[in-house]
Amino acid sequence: MTEQVQITIDGKEIEAAKGANLLVTARENGFDIPSLCFLEKLTPTAACRMCIVKIEGRRGLVTACSTPVEEGLQVTAFDDEIEEYRRTTLELHLAEHDYECPVCDANGECELQDVAYRYDMGVEKNRTIPSLPMGGQEGSIRLPHDKTSPVLEYEAAKCIRCGRCIQACDEIQEKGVLGFVHRGYHTFVSAEFGAWKNSTCDGCGECVQACPTAALTEKPIVERFRPFDVERKVTTTCVYCGVGCQLDMWVKNDRVVRVRGAESRPNNGRLCVKGRFGYEFIHNPERLKRPLVKRNGKFFETDWDEALDLVASRFNQIRRDYGSDALAGLSSAKCTNEENYIFQKFVRAVFGTNNVDHCARLCHAPTVAGLGMAFGSGAMTNSIPELADADCILVTGANVTETHPVTATYIKNAVRKGAKLIVVDPRKIDLVDHAHIWVRQNSGSDVAWINGIMHVIIEEELLDKKFIAERTENFEELKQTLSQYTPEKVEEISGVPADKIREIARIYANSPASSIVYAMGITQHTTGTDNVLSLANLAMVAGQIGRESTGVNPLRGQNNVQGAGDMAALPNIFPGYQKVTDAESRKKFAREWKVDSLPAEPGLTVTEIMNAALDKQVRGLYIMGENPMLSDPNLQHVDEALKEVDFLVVQDIFLSETARMADVVLPAASFAEKDGTFTNSGRSVLRVRQAVSPAGNAKPDWQIITELAQRMGYSMSYFSASEIMDEISRVAGIYGGISYKRLEKEELHWPCPTADHPGTLYMHKDEFKRGKGKFHPVDYLPPAERPDHNFPLVLSTGRMLYHYHTATMTRRSQPLNTFAKDAYVEINAEDLDQIGACDGCRVRVITRRGDIEIFARKSDRVAAGTVFIPFHFHESPANRLTNDVLDPVAKIPELKVAACRIEKME
Amino acid sequence: MAVKSDAEITFSQELLDHMETWREKPGNLIMILHKVQEEFGFIPREAAKKVAKIMNVPLAKIYGVITFYHYFKLNKPGKYNIQVCMGTACYLKGGEDILNELESVLGIGVNQVTTDGQFSIEAVRCVGACGLAPVLIVGEDVFGKLTKDRLPEILAKYQEK
Repeated sequence: MTEQVQITIDGKEIEAAKGANLLVTARENGFDIPSLCFLEKLTPTAACRMCIVKIEGRRGLVTACSTPVEEGLQVTAFDDEIEEYRRTTLELHLAEHDYECPVCDANGECELQDVAYRYDMGVEKNRTIPSLPMGGQEGSIRLPHDKTSPVLEYEAAKCIRCGRCIQACDEIQEKGVLGFVHRGYHTFVSAEFGAWKNSTCDGCGECVQACPTAALTEKPIVERFRPFDVERKVTTTCVYCGVGCQLDMWVKNDRVVRVRGAESRPNNGRLCVKGRFGYEFIHNPERLKRPLVKRNGKFFETDWDEALDLVASRFNQIRRDYGSDALAGLSSAKCTNEENYIFQKFVRAVFGTNNVDHCARLCHAPTVAGLGMAFGSGAMTNSIPELADADCILVTGANVTETHPVTATYIKNAVRKGAKLIVVDPRKIDLVDHAHIWVRQNSGSDVAWINGIMHVIIEEELLDKKFIAERTENFEELKQTLSQYTPEKVEEISGVPADKIREIARIYANSPASSIVYAMGITQHTTGTDNVLSLANLAMVAGQIGRESTGVNPLRGQNNVQGAGDMAALPNIFPGYQKVTDAESRKKFAREWKVDSLPAEPGLTVTEIMNAALDKQVRGLYIMGENPMLSDPNLQHVDEALKEVDFLVVQDIFLSETARMADVVLPAASFAEKDGTFTNSGRSVLRVRQAVSPAGNAKPDWQIITELAQRMGYSMSYFSASEIMDEISRVAGIYGGISYKRLEKEELHWPCPTADHPGTLYMHKDEFKRGKGKFHPVDYLPPAERPDHNFPLVLSTGRMLYHYHTATMTRRSQPLNTFAKDAYVEINAEDLDQIGACDGCRVRVITRRGDIEIFARKSDRVAAGTVFIPFHFHESPANRLTNDVLDPVAKIPELKVAACRIEKME
Repeated sequence: MAVKSDAEITFSQELLDHMETWREKPGNLIMILHKVQEEFGFIPREAAKKVAKIMNVPLAKIYGVITFYHYFKLNKPGKYNIQVCMGTACYLKGGEDILNELESVLGIGVNQVTTDGQFSIEAVRCVGACGLAPVLIVGEDVFGKLTKDRLPEILAKYQEK
């Protein structure tokens, strides 16, 4: 509890917290002191001098924004003299301002305009200080108007030099791209130096959001508008990644024209370039607007009745002729919870099979399996913003600044506050610049180095004995396994120096709150589940779990991959992680879904469905919002499998690579066109709200599914997404207390079992979900495919900042394309020389599965002997190269390690 | 943009040592940038990037310093950098005429370089030779009590070399 003190402002007695910001305190108490540079989440700069006040006993005038509250302050906020000073200061601001409000992009949204209006200085005749010439006439000040960034513009003539943009870039995003140059009379803001596009600015737009005037503005993407053209602003959840940023969508003429970060958790106003500028796809003319039916190899547009009747009759026929298990469905981590729930309900209750899966198989299946076995729950143990308060963060196999940009800002914020950042990654990712320790392990050697760290923790008695004794089981077995993993032995396997292993162990175990952050660099291996189990072991050995900012945090890739799993778009569970093999659960769901019985055998996974299609075991396939023709390993194989399927239905927003192969394509509404919820990586259930009408005749996925169910003879109908959530909360215990009504008022993290439960920010507080945490000793196994004479390089695949997954949305958003147009393979200079190719040359990358052509990019991000390709690009599909050999437990393919060879192209 | 290419510029060991000496001291950036300019004659972008990387300081901050102090040069000066004094005495004695004439003879403005890379012009504050006003300096050579018509002769001296 902070100490309360007494102050007076203009004679009024006020009780305030000691150390609080005086400007904020004054405003909260009704004293509307003007200011142009103050933004509460940034360090006050006192640059604009508008918030000057008098304080008894202090000399002259002081700025309220930079004054902390203390006992007995006697403040004068308003008197004639102060107001006169403010007027003069304001005049000086205005004299330097290119004052053309009627045609300004910020007209009506401008803080300078507001203050000028308040002091009646909106017109020049009311001012005594003449404006500096800015209009290009003789003797004009020439200030830059930089339009070179793909996403924003900076017009120095509208800049009031408050410095908010610089601070936002530095303090919030921790990028430090912006600064003042030519300090003095003609100071302006510059992205490093020279043209904006030549800087390291990645286009997140935090600066634009912080700008009080129109000095920094978003470039028009869909169309130009003035603030008063905006009909409504709809708060919704970003569709791009698992952070679940809250967005305000500005709508004009039923089109989204601007996106700003909403000031609420988990992002607190922050966004990345995709979230802020990647919305153009919503209104792209290539959106599917009517159902398509393929006849003689060509698509024809049709109406819903014909399309749905056809789909219903063909699915019914396959079920009659070959049985329920000849049908399968791929659900989508891009769709809402409600839609995933309805989809799996449809597959289980209408198809009558458990053959339902989604692309989490390709990202975090080992997390669900591994953390499930160790803790009882396979999700982030903490909420995302908690990372900012950790004392030690161990990031491994997660390129956070590119894949979860807003999460990365919290990690960097923690470092600023003094946390130790340890990065273990084969690639020199951007976070390395902020790291205290970075080590480059050999690809696929994760179990070894993690075991090594635990070996040191035990050897040096850094372990949390009390935690291990009271809250875990199976420690002795673990200890036995670890005994042989000495740092020296581990160094041989992983390439991580023994002394670094020791150092990491000490920092991780000794910090008060240590958090592990990982992603697909850990999971996409044949040993994915082992890797996850090792991390879980590590957290428990050191007792670094079950507290605030302390735990094991898998960053989920897609916007709703957490929710799709929660909703049981998985072959082995019902919603809320209730096993299909459990008779009680089957009975409960059969009753709820009004069917006689539900299948008891776990169904097929994504990769197994493809194999089964090839064997003619699966004949009808319903794919909602997934694009396996680009996302799955060994594409050649997927292609053959989908061609074998008798009847393929794809429901999507664009005619994706997969949709092209379908017999029927159903047009779905995009996230901006429907209601629902996404569950972010931190288990927060976040509302998706309809901002605009669906494109053409497109419909929300859940509506399409329910209409199809009706035609297949199963009664299913809902008035709204909210009604579906009510059903979810009835059947899925962890969502028991979640309703749209509550989500309007509060942020809820599951588990939230009852309507009066506040939700769970961090898990496993006093007890693990499974009771005791279980140690699973694991031994190091090498990756399935290792480099050899013919294929001497290790290929790793992954994502990049500007594109998302199979890029169906991001490549239809021009600003993102401008940032990153082409696919590339990152190659170390040494290897590039060996190949005889140059930076920017075309090369051919070859593995045992296939080959692609691609641009070479010289980079020290990858070590010699390893290369990296982002998988987003259909013209250079990385997954034609990847290995579809599976982790035995989680059935995830080894997308992170494949042996390859690179040849220069003539 | 976020595409990162490696800075392809080499610092002398002396410069690197200098940076280490100054690493933890306040005001280090100015001292380091002085040394960089000494080494390259100006501050190339790649050098600024490298300083940012080694010192772990945002590039933007470095440019804030570079652009604040007129002493630091962003562009490579000519082989002969001609400093024309604009101090009070020189100004009163016609320094501006000298400067204008020099600009028209060389066909470049202040802070620009001739296409052959031979000359650049810089307008400087008082050089402490007011008795000789108006003054210009080429390298170590000082030319005082100037008149416009002497300029071609001065330039020719260096052009020949």
